[in-house]
Amino acid sequence: MTGPTLYALTGAALVGIGFFGLISAQHLLRRVVAFNLIGSGLFVFLGAAGARSGASDPIPQALIITGIVVALSASALAIGLVVAHARASGRPTLPEEDGEA
Amino acid sequence: MSALVAVLVAPLIGALSAVALPGRSGRIAAWVAIVTTLAAAVALAASVISQGMPRLAVGSWEPPVGIVLEADGLSIAMIVMTALVMTAAALTARHMLAGDTKGPRIAFGFWPLMLLLWAALNAVFLSRDLFNLYVGIELLSLAAIGLVAIEGKPEALAAAIRYMIFALAGSLLYLAGVVLVYGAHGALDIGVLVGREPAETDGLALALMTVGLMSKTALFPFHVWLPPAHGGAPAPASAMLSALVPKASYVILLRLWFDVMPDQATDAALTLVATFGAAAVLWGSLAALVQSRVKLIVAYSTVAQIGYLFLVFPLAGGGSEDQPWAAGAWNGAVFLALSHGLAKAAMFLAVGQWMKVRGSDCLDEMEGLATAMPMTAFAFALSSITIVGLPPSGGFTAKYLVMTSAFAAGQWVWALVMACGGLLAAAYLYRPMAMVFRRADLSAFRLPSRAQQAVPLALAGAAIILGIASSGPFETLAIGRPQTAEAGL
Amino acid sequence: MTGLLPILILLTSLVPAAITFFLAQESYRLRNALNLGGALMKVGLIVVMLFAVAGGASYETDIALAPGLVLLLRIDALALLFVSLSASLWLLTTIYAIAYFGKKAEQSRFFGFFSLCVFATTGIALSGSLISFFMFFELLTLSTWPLVAHKQNAASLKAARSYLSYALPCSTVLLVAIVWLESSTGPILFTDPPDLSGVDPVSLRVIFALFIIGVGMKAAIVPLHGWLPAAMVAPAPVSALLHAVAVVKAGAFGVIRVVYDVFGVDRVEELGVGVPLAALASVTIIWGSLRALQQTEIKKRLAYSTISQVSYILLGAALASPFAVVGGLAHLVHQGLMKITLFFCAGIYDERAGVRSIEGLNGLGWRMPWTSTCFSLGALGMIGLPPIAGFVSKIYLGIGGLQADAAWVLWVLGASTLLNAAYFLPLLYRLWYCEAAPDVEADETAPALVAPTVAAALAALLAGLLAASEISPLGWATLIAERDYLQ
Repeated sequence: MTGPTLYALTGAALVGIGFFGLISAQHLLRRVVAFNLIGSGLFVFLGAAGARSGASDPIPQALIITGIVVALSASALAIGLVVAHARASGRPTLPEEDGEA
Repeated sequence: MSALVAVLVAPLIGALSAVALPGRSGRIAAWVAIVTTLAAAVALAASVISQGMPRLAVGSWEPPVGIVLEADGLSIAMIVMTALVMTAAALTARHMLAGDTKGPRIAFGFWPLMLLLWAALNAVFLSRDLFNLYVGIELLSLAAIGLVAIEGKPEALAAAIRYMIFALAGSLLYLAGVVLVYGAHGALDIGVLVGREPAETDGLALALMTVGLMSKTALFPFHVWLPPAHGGAPAPASAMLSALVPKASYVILLRLWFDVMPDQATDAALTLVATFGAAAVLWGSLAALVQSRVKLIVAYSTVAQIGYLFLVFPLAGGGSEDQPWAAGAWNGAVFLALSHGLAKAAMFLAVGQWMKVRGSDCLDEMEGLATAMPMTAFAFALSSITIVGLPPSGGFTAKYLVMTSAFAAGQWVWALVMACGGLLAAAYLYRPMAMVFRRADLSAFRLPSRAQQAVPLALAGAAIILGIASSGPFETLAIGRPQTAEAGL
Repeated sequence: MTGLLPILILLTSLVPAAITFFLAQESYRLRNALNLGGALMKVGLIVVMLFAVAGGASYETDIALAPGLVLLLRIDALALLFVSLSASLWLLTTIYAIAYFGKKAEQSRFFGFFSLCVFATTGIALSGSLISFFMFFELLTLSTWPLVAHKQNAASLKAARSYLSYALPCSTVLLVAIVWLESSTGPILFTDPPDLSGVDPVSLRVIFALFIIGVGMKAAIVPLHGWLPAAMVAPAPVSALLHAVAVVKAGAFGVIRVVYDVFGVDRVEELGVGVPLAALASVTIIWGSLRALQQTEIKKRLAYSTISQVSYILLGAALASPFAVVGGLAHLVHQGLMKITLFFCAGIYDERAGVRSIEGLNGLGWRMPWTSTCFSLGALGMIGLPPIAGFVSKIYLGIGGLQADAAWVLWVLGASTLLNAAYFLPLLYRLWYCEAAPDVEADETAPALVAPTVAAALAALLAGLLAASEISPLGWATLIAERDYLQ
């Protein structure tokens, strides 16, 4: 198994775990972590895609760095919101109405 | 060229200054940025119309390495509409949020967030790089989520978190598609991708990106986050969120399907997307019918209107090219996006003023407002005309074009969906309209000034003018319009 | 200059409307001056054009909209028939309305929307393309709503809602019909009959039916008539101008346009849809009269009478024989003159004597002689007594029926005339031959209310007396028919 394939598989596995977490977890912090897992999986996969021609391709690296910065800010906002929500409502989960109310 | 840069940079600098500068000077910086961006948007539109499409390879790096910004007819139409809505929202916010009892957070946080939102919108409308678009919609979502949560009430926070889950999931799906595209073609620039060799993974990539963007556009069945988020935010924020934010992801969808991968559009896929659209029209309208709060009625109306936008995909190219309505469906969809943006913002701003007067947006509290605040009631009525799609509004022009395309393409089912949607819209908008028209004595309440009431009226009027003076915008939209818009997918 | 005329005519009501909205309640003088000035200018412009069009001229302006959407304004003989009717009656109604409202509240809103309605009606008349017709037709729907709901109470809001719940579904049907037809023929102009050979006959029949539903609702054809009696809660000037003239006539006018300028008489005959339309009109004529008999409120009885009478126009259009066409077109004007007289009188009875129900009319004839004479003239004209205008229409329609080999039309007209007599004569009997209740306070010392009424009644009488002259409505209808429809 070559390096890029291994990376690609790892990335795919991370995305899968992340999605599972996103769907199964109720706790909002867990969901934030799940988002980070999916994001990281995609970045690993992107890195692997960049290695397809053999020579190292600089573009995916630039993209990954940008992506990480974006993901970081998103996570920061998400955690801030979750904390504020938990303080205001006393619960770390969403009220379970389906938003149609 | 400088206008192209200014519409991106001015709101960003404004956002940063509004945070960094203390007190009044921060507010002044925000207003300087608003005026500058509005002027730049108009200047950009003028230069595209007179001199053709400006193109900027950022840092002089050409694709496939660099990122390209380019303004075509679609971009400038959206940018000008955004500028109008943003300015109107800011004018309303100036009064509505000043002296707000909910604390200084709104008065402070609103301005940088709205400028950030504006910068992100313009970036999405101008970018020609799939990854840059990802950054743009992510920034957009973050600013929008911040605006939803800005009042800090528990319901608003819950709505913001629900919105965030859908938005982030959408971004990641989109990103997954982008990764697949890069893996297959080694390029992300739309101009480069147009001439690509189709790859096996393209179908999956398009599907992932489409689902992701549908989630961000709040297309049925991904709409559940929208009504609480748009209904719970302060009115000027709701205006921007409902009128503008879904349009950004929709524009990316248009570019993906019509520019990047028209070859991947199978009949089944087109029908599926339009079916979601039709379901959104019916479901959103029916849900709007049973709401008891005006803001929620208006928010569910957005769910329904977003549905219309997705009917374009199977209908593009319905009329053959020698007919006067070649590209009718594509033009119609863009017209709908524009007129909905103006009208929906006007509605939220009018309802916001009513709410400020009555302290609630319950339907039963709306009595007597037509007499007390006739200009806002008139604005609501004019916007309703656009949303229902009655002449002479921009909404009617759009509806006529899409419906003729549907009949010309032999797919009259979608035309009937539009017709039913219009009727349902009339039904759900009639309820608040009739309520404000009832007689009640409101002389004890403090009413907003005429100048404030004129703001939503001006926006609603713009949506009507879009229908009356439609030939100019039409010629503009033809600038850089993909050939597939005429030939169909 | 000639290209500007249609736009100028539209502006004479749009500009007063736009300014009136922003006037304060107290600026009575400015508002009245604006509305009267606009109405006078419009009448003046029309007189100028009447002579030009009689000499064979026509005026055209088109405004570029999106591709496929042609906003064409055109003044031809038929347009002018409708415009001159609505413009002259607008002038009378404005005088009447100013007196009627006096110092009542919300006048800026009322007169603003009122002028907007006249703008829309004029636009309908001047429309030279199907899509511009639709645009003005919808504008009329919308701008009527605030007038019906004017009193802002539960009853008027209910009526306004009922109006929209008929109007909007029917307008949707109309839009589907237009879109369906235009998607295969291209934009349809009234000047240039579309080539329908590419559409199969079954679809054409369906489209025709959709068109009739769409425009017929405003003409209050059965079973789409329920909104009209309900809308009688509106103030008297609204009932007079809009529900006797503008709105229902817009519907009837629409049917004429659809039959003659969209499909064409030959195609209508070929498709076999003319006879069903004539039958539908006949059913409406009889049904409206029967229902009118049962009403005890004056305005409601007049409303059902309108339903019945407007379908005379449809009947003439559907029969499509020379005399029927002329009779139908002339009735467009005749019915308008007579019905507005009756509604003006109903308004005066309500305003000056507090009488709304039929019983209240007892003995009012001698106390309010001017009003009651006008009312009697209008009612007798409706029945068809010579020499008042209604007689002329009925004779022409009868002969037209015979020309079209539809002798059954005579039975319909006969039955309708008997019914008209049955629901109008008791009113006249009460007015002139019954004793008044002693406590009724009635006086008609309100010249601004009575003068327009007398003018309208005289016009109805003259239209009948001078029917043979070229400048009468009948003469003009003959000119239209000869010039455009009966080559």
